[in-house]
Amino acid sequence: MITIFLDKCTGCTLCVKSCPFGAIRMAEKKAVIDMTICTLCGACVETCKFAAIELKKGTDRGNDLSGYKDVWVFCEQKKGAVQSISFELLGEGKKLAEKLGVKLCAVILGSAIEPAVEKLSERGADKIYIVDHLTLKFYQDDPYTEVLVKLAQEYKPEVILCGATTIGRSLVSRVAVRIGAGLTADCTGLDIDKGERLLLQTRPAFGGNIMATIITPNHRPQMATVRHKVMKEACINKAHKAEVIRKSYPEDVMKSRTRLIDVIEEIEETMNLAEADIVVSGGRGLGGPENFAMIREFAKVLNAAVGASRAAVDSDWIPYSHQVGQTGKTVCPKLYIACGISGQIQHLIGMQSAKIIVAINKDPDAPIFKVATYGIVGDVFDIVPALTREFKRALKR
Amino acid sequence: MDYLLTEQQVMIRDLARKIADEKIKPVAAHYDETEEFAWPIMKILAESDLFGVYIPEKYGGLGGGILDMCIVTEELSRACGGIALGFAGTGLGAIPILLYGSEEQKGRFLPDIAKGKRLAAFCITEAGAGSDAGSIKMNAVKDGDHYVLNGTKQWITNAGEAEIYTVIAMTDKTKGTRGASAFIVEKGTKGMDFGKKEKKLGIRASATREVIFTDCRVPAANLISKEGMGFIVALKTFDNSRPGVAAQAVGIAQGALDHAAQYARTRVQFGQPISGFQAIGHMLADMGTQVEAARALVYAAARMVDSGAKSVAKESAMAKLFASEVAMKVTTDAVQIFGGYGYMRDYPVEKYMRDAKITQIYEGTSQVQRNVIAANMIKESLKK
Amino acid sequence: MHIIVCIKQVPNTTDVRIDPVTNTLIRDGVESVINPFDAYAIEEAVRLKERLGGKVTVITMGPPQAENALKEAISLGCDEALLVSDRKFAGSDTWATSYTLCAAIKKIGAFDIIICGKQASDGDTAQVGPGISTHLNIPQVTYVKKIEDISATAAKVERMTEEGYDIIETPLPCLLTVVKEINTPRLPSLRGLMKAKSAKVLKWNAQDLGADPRSLGLDGSPTRVIRIFTPAPRKGGEILKGDAADISKELVELLKDVVV
Repeated sequence: MITIFLDKCTGCTLCVKSCPFGAIRMAEKKAVIDMTICTLCGACVETCKFAAIELKKGTDRGNDLSGYKDVWVFCEQKKGAVQSISFELLGEGKKLAEKLGVKLCAVILGSAIEPAVEKLSERGADKIYIVDHLTLKFYQDDPYTEVLVKLAQEYKPEVILCGATTIGRSLVSRVAVRIGAGLTADCTGLDIDKGERLLLQTRPAFGGNIMATIITPNHRPQMATVRHKVMKEACINKAHKAEVIRKSYPEDVMKSRTRLIDVIEEIEETMNLAEADIVVSGGRGLGGPENFAMIREFAKVLNAAVGASRAAVDSDWIPYSHQVGQTGKTVCPKLYIACGISGQIQHLIGMQSAKIIVAINKDPDAPIFKVATYGIVGDVFDIVPALTREFKRALKR
Repeated sequence: MDYLLTEQQVMIRDLARKIADEKIKPVAAHYDETEEFAWPIMKILAESDLFGVYIPEKYGGLGGGILDMCIVTEELSRACGGIALGFAGTGLGAIPILLYGSEEQKGRFLPDIAKGKRLAAFCITEAGAGSDAGSIKMNAVKDGDHYVLNGTKQWITNAGEAEIYTVIAMTDKTKGTRGASAFIVEKGTKGMDFGKKEKKLGIRASATREVIFTDCRVPAANLISKEGMGFIVALKTFDNSRPGVAAQAVGIAQGALDHAAQYARTRVQFGQPISGFQAIGHMLADMGTQVEAARALVYAAARMVDSGAKSVAKESAMAKLFASEVAMKVTTDAVQIFGGYGYMRDYPVEKYMRDAKITQIYEGTSQVQRNVIAANMIKESLKK
Repeated sequence: MHIIVCIKQVPNTTDVRIDPVTNTLIRDGVESVINPFDAYAIEEAVRLKERLGGKVTVITMGPPQAENALKEAISLGCDEALLVSDRKFAGSDTWATSYTLCAAIKKIGAFDIIICGKQASDGDTAQVGPGISTHLNIPQVTYVKKIEDISATAAKVERMTEEGYDIIETPLPCLLTVVKEINTPRLPSLRGLMKAKSAKVLKWNAQDLGADPRSLGLDGSPTRVIRIFTPAPRKGGEILKGDAADISKELVELLKDVVV
């Protein structure tokens, strides 16, 4: 329960400002918490300079946390190829493992995936848990969940990291519930509190308007999904060799209630948005579907993926799979070029963590310029072709 | 201003506004440009139950009246006066059935109109019969249990898109205006055709076409009221429908005013938002006052209609006259506030000005309204 | 067919602003709305009902004010509404939230399909849907963009992936989380609004659920928020000046290390 000690409260109102949910107000110069709104997040506890707010946990389950060790990275494979998100997680996982003084372990599930061993070894995994079975060729919720649960129960990792992808988010949400672990979604920052051996998980909320740091104090493993493109890929060290643990499980573990009938790849675009280092996006300013050809050409020159604002998608100029923003995809590329996009908050949510943003818009007051590293006020139909020509020449493409 | 609307009317207003903001505004320029009929919007209106607001519950409506119809028309017109006409034109076509239709006719046609399954239209104007509606040429000859209709109606709103038409035709030319009768004709009846779509100054999302009748056989069961009642039906229909046109005018004016106020707040000249200049501020003040006065008059007239008052001709005409003049003035001023930008089709206000003009013309020009008002005033003074 | 929809009331992100001076969230005038992704879940459920018959029950866990979100769901075509509300639920993370909703669903009884939005726009976790299916031990398909086919016993759906989509067959009962592409939500109808106004929302508290109190709220939540802060807002940079050709040359120079 959360308590305000009225004798200590000076009425400074710092806590009122700190509450992300608007649950605190002042009454007779003392802070009062509206418990119907309060989510017990504890933001106020930290802000209070007078230790007037206390957040007490009821019963501690007294879970035995000893015996859990190592940092695990669940590595995604598609058609046998290890996905780049896994290399990013191995890079980050290594740092965490070193701070904890434990091993970095890769976990990979698939069918005929022996070649992955070398890839994961050279990216710094100390141990590789590999489960090879025909059923695991493609991702399916049931067998992947069962296998990962079995592995975690047997080997007791301290930390499990997974990509915040369509696979990762579906899989580890189930695993966390099954093994009673804490799970934090879509982290953009990870660190270790060495004293308590806690994983400090920092993630955006409210569409990136606030950041929260989250811990799992009394449960193990500590699980997190991590946003693509935020962490640096682990370096390749060909000499590094990992210990390989091959596991197999009886057929009933491999059973799936759902049946995967087909895997369709939409080959219209060569580059997938989440993976891309560069994204070129078009919005309402393009005026019509035919003008996306100009964006595609520019993207091709830059070897970039094509994105779009909601306005363009809702007008049926381009399929939904290209939509960047709150109701579309969140991207985090090195370079994001917004063409004819005004920059509504819902769009900014999906792209403002890009390292460099270039905005092209004819309206000098468009909100997109407030986040753009480089802004170009002008007509997209003049600027984009000129940029395409110039980059083509510079990149000799 | 608080017009003391009922809870249901507030619900109707809020829903119509939501549809206008979320669904109509984003596509208004598109339909203005292409002159297509906005069927996707009609489908949304149908699903929202708005087509039924003024139709009795007995026939699948929500049991409201002309004020409810006006509220919807106004809100939709705020986003696009042309698209709003799909709704308002249907109301005009439905009113004769509501007022004079038999139980059987009401049961046959009103439920579909209330659900928005079929749109309606009203056909009176001809090439030679505009303000002088008494000179219509179209005739209807009785032949057994049918009437045979011949003639051409002009500038018919919703023509081609609507499925239910109320048509005024002469059953006895010798009797002058007492020789006119009203019929319900369903689209698809043999001998009923549509002329080319007119190209218009404004309300371009609305379909305006000729309706051509060539030996068109209409069942006698579709005669509204009885022979000779055509002009009474038409005049009473207009008495009821004019507040609707007036509401369209208020909506158009309000839409333009909203744009103008927002623009004045954000447009900076001489180092400050232009709303800070008294010249602009006073213009906005006048526009706002005029729109509010028009709305008050329209709602008062609509309420009078709904109260069952015996004669509402004068009040309806006043509402329509005043609101349409206000719409023209306010939309013209809105363009003025936008300056050069306002004249450009990339900006939304010139469309409001083009859309406003028709409200001074159709369902009786401003001049005809003045005739109606004056005639009624004289009549009243004679009684004193 | 009995369809259950789980929704969440969230602050409207369109309204969320950051105070430029204090760098904190401005909450004044921030309206609460149905999570945008849940609107697609509601629409899909109502469409299934219209096609196959049956009823839609909409559930939310939240403060008493969340009743408004449920009423809105009724105006959009849901038939029954359940508010799971108790101060004991405060501080729930996704584990405890999915446990609580699971307990409520078990108490409701038989169902054929549960539909959730893919994630909530405030927390963005996408964990509660899968959490519910796991607690209930039923199959799930996440990120569904189309229901190709559905019968009383099975459904064939398309699941959006990074590269395209998977076609998956699942037996019923199951849980689906849906993405925007699946439909265009309708606006409420007048009759729906009137029905919502008079509708009774069923309310259950922790005791009604008969759930294990140690699994509820803060106590039932393995994760704990220890710090909330506002990131420094991204600053606009420079505006490039000149004609299209000049700007292009300048930008190529500025980005030359990034694009190779």
